[in-house]
Order: sequence, then C-alpha cells, then structure tokens
Amino acid sequence: MDLEYTPEQQSFRAEARAFLEAHVPKNLPPLDTPEGFPLHVEWEQLLFDNRWAVVDWPEKYGGRDCSLLEWLIFEEEYYRAGGPQRATQNGIFLLGPTLLKFGSEEQKDRILTKMARAEELWCQGWSEPGAGSDLAALTSRADKVDGGFKLYGAKTWSTRGTFSHKTFGLFRTDPESERHRGLTYFLVDLQAEGIGVRPINKLDGDEGFAEVYLDGVFVPDRDVLGEVGKGWNVAMATTGPERGLTLRSPGRFLAMADRLVALAKDRPDACDDRIRDRVADHWMKAEAFRQLGLWTDRRIAAGEDVGAESSVMKLHWSHLDIDLHETALEILGPDAESEMKNGAWMKSYLFGLANPIWGGTSEIQRNIVAERILGLPRK
Amino acid sequence: MRFGFSEDQKLFQATLAELLTDECHHEALAAAWETDAGWVPGLWEKLAAMGVTGMSVPEEHGGIGLDDTDLVLLLEEAGRAACPEPLAETVAIATPLLAEVGGAHADTWLPKIAGGEARAAIGLERERFVADAAAADLLILQRGDALHAVPASSVKTAARDSVDGARRLYAVEWTPSADTLLADGDTGHALGNRVANRAALAAAAQLVGLGSELIRLTVEYAKGRVQFGQPIGAFQAVKHHIANAYTQLELARPTVYWASNSVAKNTDSIDLDVSTAKALASDAAHACFRAALQCHGAIAYTYEYQAHMWMKRVLVLREAYGSSAWHRRRAARSLIDG
Repeated sequence: MDLEYTPEQQSFRAEARAFLEAHVPKNLPPLDTPEGFPLHVEWEQLLFDNRWAVVDWPEKYGGRDCSLLEWLIFEEEYYRAGGPQRATQNGIFLLGPTLLKFGSEEQKDRILTKMARAEELWCQGWSEPGAGSDLAALTSRADKVDGGFKLYGAKTWSTRGTFSHKTFGLFRTDPESERHRGLTYFLVDLQAEGIGVRPINKLDGDEGFAEVYLDGVFVPDRDVLGEVGKGWNVAMATTGPERGLTLRSPGRFLAMADRLVALAKDRPDACDDRIRDRVADHWMKAEAFRQLGLWTDRRIAAGEDVGAESSVMKLHWSHLDIDLHETALEILGPDAESEMKNGAWMKSYLFGLANPIWGGTSEIQRNIVAERILGLPRK
Repeated sequence: MRFGFSEDQKLFQATLAELLTDECHHEALAAAWETDAGWVPGLWEKLAAMGVTGMSVPEEHGGIGLDDTDLVLLLEEAGRAACPEPLAETVAIATPLLAEVGGAHADTWLPKIAGGEARAAIGLERERFVADAAAADLLILQRGDALHAVPASSVKTAARDSVDGARRLYAVEWTPSADTLLADGDTGHALGNRVANRAALAAAAQLVGLGSELIRLTVEYAKGRVQFGQPIGAFQAVKHHIANAYTQLELARPTVYWASNSVAKNTDSIDLDVSTAKALASDAAHACFRAALQCHGAIAYTYEYQAHMWMKRVLVLREAYGSSAWHRRRAARSLIDG
C-alpha cells in the first residue's frame, strides 16, 4: 500500500489550487436567485475557458481527460478554495455522464460543450406529482408523430427549472406498458411551444424548484437519448458506481468539516466537551468519506463492480452534512438565526436538509443497500 | 497513488481465513471458553506453521519482516473469526516494539515468536488488567514512560472476570528492573505512544472483522427466518437496521487501512489517523452488534447461538486501547487546540 499522490497528481493539485485561489469569486448572492444566477454562470464560463469546468471530460468537450482520482483532487481544491455552488451541476454531473455513455456522436457534439460552458443550463425532469420515490409510476407520456414525439404531462421539483434552458427525463412511449418498461429518455427544450414553468420556492426561500408542464411539446427524434422504450436502463445506468462520489464529492465535506473546526476554534466558550467531541466526529466522518472515495476509485480502476455502493456513500454524506450543520448551529447559538447569506451556516443547513430526500430518499437507499449489496429479499 | 492491497496480501488473508474457518469455527470457540487459557487448542501452532506468527519478525530473527499494512487484513480476519489467540498482542504490538528496540530482548524473544514458541500479553498504564497474562510467555508492561519486557515467570497474576468468556484477564504484580527495561525517558514515551497506537489499530482492525461477521450472520438469519409468511429480511424495518450498520462499517473500514499506513510509516498524522480508525471502528462494530441482536430476536440473546461470542468480543475491544470517546477527545484536541 502506497498512499502518496504521484508527482503528476501533486502538480495537478498545485495548478488547480493556484487557479482557484486567484479566481474563486467571494460573496456571491445565492445561486437560486435572479441576482445570483447570472453571476454563477459567469463564474462557470471562466472555469470553462481555463478548462476547469469538467476536468474528467474529453478534451474536445472542454475537459482534460482526467481520471476520477484527479477529479476528486480538483473537487477537494474547489471547495477548499470556497468555490460557489455549480450552476451547471445538474447538467455536468447528472446528464453529462449519461450522454457520454449513451449519446450519439451528433448529440455529444451538439450538447456537451454548451452544457459545460453554461451556455445551456439543464434541469432534471424525474419526479412527477404522482411519482416521487416510486419513479416507475410516472404517467407523463410521449406520442409518436412524424419526425419526433409529442410530450404531455407534468414534472416537478426540477431544481433550477426557472433558470434552465433544457430538461431531461423519462416519458412513457408505450401506452400499453407498465412500470419501468416502455419508457424513453428525452432531451427537451424548455423554450418549445407547449411548455409551462411554474417556480416553487424551496425551504430556504430561494426560487430553486419548478414544476414543468408539457402540453403537446414537440421533441424531434434526434433528442431521444438511447433507444426508444429503453429509457429506464439509460437512467439507471448512470446511478452506477461513481455516482456516490460525483453527486457530492468528499471535497465538499472536508472543506465543511474544516470550517466547523475553525468555528470551534473561534468560539471556545460555546464548545463544551460534548460539542468538541461532535466536531471531531464529523471531521472523522468527512475524512472517512475521502478515504472511501480513494478506495472506491482504485477498485473502479481495477475493473471491479462497485455498483450499489453509491447508496452507502449517499447515506453517509446526506446525514453527515446535516449533523455537521446542526453542531455548527449549536455553537452559533442565537447568532445562527441570521446566518442566511449565501454559504452561511443556517442557509446551507436548510439547503442540506434536502439530502435525505432528493436523488433517492435515505429509505430507498437503505433498501438498495439491503437488497442489492447484502442480498436481502425484496419480498 | 496505490490505494489497495497487493495480490500477495490478499492471498495471505484468504489463506488465514481458510485456516480460521476450519480451526476456529464457532464450536471450537465455544470449547475455548471452557479451557484454562481461553484459546483454541493447537491453533497457535498452525498459525506459526503458516508463518503468521513470524510475519512482523525481522528476517535476521527468523521471520519475514512485514509491516503494519501487511498485518491489517490478517487482524481483520482474526476479528471475523473472533479468534481468541493473542495474535494482535504478539504479532502486531510486541514484535514491532522488540524489533525497533533491538538488543538482547529482541534476540531472545523474536526467534521464539517467529517459531510459535512465545506469545505476548500487553499491559499499558491506561488499562487496568492484562489479558492472557498467566498463559503468555512474555509481558510487555508499561510503568510511567518506561516500557519493559517481562518474562511471565517473574510476575504474579490474580484472575479477574471478563464479559468475554474467551478472555482471561488478570491483575499483574511485577517489579521493573534494569534487566527488563526496553526504553524509558523520552524514548520510552515516544515508543509507548507507538505501542498504544499499534494496539488501538489492531483492535480497530479486529472490530471491522467482527462487525463484518455479525452482518453476515444477521443477513443469513434474516433470509431464512420466516414470520408473517415471509422472510423477516423482506421487512423494511429489518433491512434498514442492517443497512445502517453496514454503512457505518464500510465507512470505518478504509480509515483502518489508512491508519495502518500511518503507523507503518510513523507519519505526522499518526495520532489523528489512529484515533479516527479506532473511534469509527468501535462505533461501527457496536452498531453491527446491536443490529445483529435486534434482527435475530431472542435466539441471539442466548448461549445456544454463536453470535453472543462475537458480540462480547466487540464489547471488549471497543473499550480496549482507548474507547471511541477517548479517541474522539484526542482527535478534538489535535484538531481544535493543535
């Protein structure tokens, strides 16, 4: 076992650190607000122009062909430097990997670079009013017409839907089908005729959600991702191994844990032994996630199937994030109330409370761990 | 960066796992509870024949001179089998100390350890009692900053109860002498800290193995046990207990491997890394123990089923060489005050 980073990895880290320290913008208004959003997009464009937006993507789409390990290093540096939330998050981390795996060359050439440069912002269209955790219960449909499909239905909890240009999601193309069969993965232009977008304010008050209505929206054939009727497989294939790391990288929580340690140092009078123990415990758990990430990266590199382990990771960081914030709020005491600026403790606590709900609730993740890793019976 | 074990390391682990499956199964373990030493008769000789006892002994003393990163998977296997032999104390704690100090004590004891003729017990100042003190051949004992290598023949022992029926605990009376001294002063202090870190790491590795076995047993049981017309493992409430414990364990595991590297290289972050490993592994193994007991129901509350032997080893090792509370507090000092 040799746990030293290679000289190449160290110089990659140094290069990322130098760029980020010089350029990370400070004190941006929150991402999900009309004032904050364009400033975050500007930052994304600066990242892209310096080839830091999507380091693990192929060079032709603005990346650096980096390994997963280098991406993890970049993420550590990004959050260490206090980098803001990524406006392109749902495009580059959710749709991007799916496109790279299932997209045609034409689709990749047409979509990826604009996505990475924040020219086209993407939001997800998974949940529906009647299909949340039970995604296969979705009822939005797509009817075949000449040259494409007409889409009908409603998608909800589309993060950043009001600021986005495009959405991606599953629609039922086979009206006779049930559950996860007969679904197709579509890429949809939110400026198209027949689209309605209604903003929904999130727990933190920002306009972060939207409900998207589709009433006969025409989508050309070229915007089907993967095969017609195979949408479920396409969607599920990207819930694979690296997802546990890419949805929320360990770097975020390491930076957060360091901030918590700094807070405890600043306010010793607010920290009895019980609080100090919790600070140490959160720090250890962030460090454990970093190490599990490195471990998992090596296993993926060795060709091992680590599939459902992303659920272990999501369970871990979802709750670590909330616990860590609750300790911070307790240290802050009454001062916590006004910590509502972008990135401040109360604000990011409210944001993080969504963790055990989005992207598969913690209950769903525990089922996945129990059934797919441990082999417990479904019924 | 190479984060992973070599094929050789994995092969050694698999070979030991096979031996322990054959020789240290739960019936053998239950029988060990009834012996004077609390050990499985004949097992130590087989471990020696396989080369396990000589793993960390330097080559010039008849061993193969491997380090803590090589040992960690073996200790995990020992934990998985709830192996009662003093493998950690002898191979992972006493041997590296003797090898580092060198001299007459190393010359005397290391060849014997490699040959399977000597077993060690460890008595640090923080621990009140010494496990295996009566049946071991060599005791590594601490007084203040000084560390001593004391032959079993020159100590007096008085037995104490242990919750774990395979642990023979003793209060030890002994007199330090120039003959037994390994190191004192600053050197003794530094070595004492290394010994304590090695001991905590060894316990953490065993706790990960114990937790894994408790999860495995519980999953098997939950698949087979039918109530309300279905396997209990199909109920979400049962699934979630097990999934939570498993998640905690999988996060603790890499910190133990990481700490083995810090100990082997004596890095600057050794205290923090070992404390992280011991705290997380203690808590995770405890969570596995509680999930196992709850999901098995009444059967795991009995001596008729094997799980209780694993549970009791968890109860012992999670407190040994610094509880999770002790290690979290040490980490807090290093993070916040450091």
